[in-house]
Amino acid sequence: MTIAIEAFTILCISAGLCFFLAGSVALLRFPDTLTRLHALTKADSLGLGLVVLGLLPQTDSFLAATKLFLVWAVAQIGGATIGQMIARVAKDENPKP
Amino acid sequence: MTLSFVFDASLAMLTIAVACYAVVAREIFAAVAAFISYGLLLALVWVRLSAVDVALTEAAIGGGVTGALLIGAAAKVGNSGSSADPAEWRVGTSLTAILCVATTIGIAVAFLSLPQQAPTLATLAVKHQPSTGLGNPVTAVLLAYRAIDTLLESVVLVFAVVGVWSFALDRHWGGTPETSRVSNSAGPLVFLAQLLPPLGIIVGVHLVWTGATEPGGAFQGGTILATVWILVMIAGLVAAPSIDRPWLRFALIGGPALFLAIGVAGIAFSGAFLAYPEGYAKAVILVIEAALTLSIAVALGLMAIGAPARRPHR
Repeated sequence: MTIAIEAFTILCISAGLCFFLAGSVALLRFPDTLTRLHALTKADSLGLGLVVLGLLPQTDSFLAATKLFLVWAVAQIGGATIGQMIARVAKDENPKP
Repeated sequence: MTLSFVFDASLAMLTIAVACYAVVAREIFAAVAAFISYGLLLALVWVRLSAVDVALTEAAIGGGVTGALLIGAAAKVGNSGSSADPAEWRVGTSLTAILCVATTIGIAVAFLSLPQQAPTLATLAVKHQPSTGLGNPVTAVLLAYRAIDTLLESVVLVFAVVGVWSFALDRHWGGTPETSRVSNSAGPLVFLAQLLPPLGIIVGVHLVWTGATEPGGAFQGGTILATVWILVMIAGLVAAPSIDRPWLRFALIGGPALFLAIGVAGIAFSGAFLAYPEGYAKAVILVIEAALTLSIAVALGLMAIGAPARRPHR
């Protein structure tokens, strides 16, 4: 059982890190604001979500797990809001088909 | 070479690299973005040094509110700072750079020449901690042993607000600051400003309350409350207050004034300025912290929204 939990944690966090890596590469390589934003917001929410998911079985109390979940939820809301706002400004400044 | 050493070394190098970038960045917004990242990295450094109180303050004030202030300033100033006379600018920058490097070298030399067993007041601080009734030694230092420093810090915040207000034009005095800077793309911001305040207020008040026994306190909690206020103001949900409102003035000076009054009362009742009555130290400290939190939140919020820019409507 313990081995299964450890394996789950390692798998989830590794997958999360892959998303962060992909997001960082995309930030450097993609051509314009909107595509970069697209890659970054996806990578952020999914990456952080997977890291939090992997850490959940490692917590020793329900409260700690709730805090981890809250961290993810707040980052999610913040990231989505900022993503929308940057995209709107980018669209206003550079209207393209 | 352990894993945590690798992490610490990478963190230190990243922090220094981001700090350097914040200094040399050509574009003002890039410099501000780097400075905010630097604040957050520095908070991580403090966590690694087990100084969670400092980490919270650095993240909230160094990264958060200072970042917001700098973004506001950058938006107002634009890039006009670099259009000054290049020769004069170079002399000023070189002089600043030399002074900064000299200061850094000075601190490094002082640090390296410390005796192996550095002198410390930690044992004394912990020994007398029970008499304050507090569980968090950092709060004991801030509000009991070195209360005078904290009192002066809270007064400095009031002066800072007066400094910001003094940029107002005469005809705008007593009016309201301009906050509708993001109106054209504000949809998601309004949603965020409706969603976050309950959580922000709970976290802010919790940080103040828990500061007596665990990391937290008036500055950290007050900063979070201030950001909630700033958020609802820039989203346009709440109008910025006229700066001549009596409640605003009272909230602003309430914390320092109460702190000072209790300090003076200490002379009469306990024999020294800022001495707390025996057995009631914790209660008195919590009352001071509550008033300070409100004043800090109001002061930081007022600084972030800036000087009054509209006529008072009478």
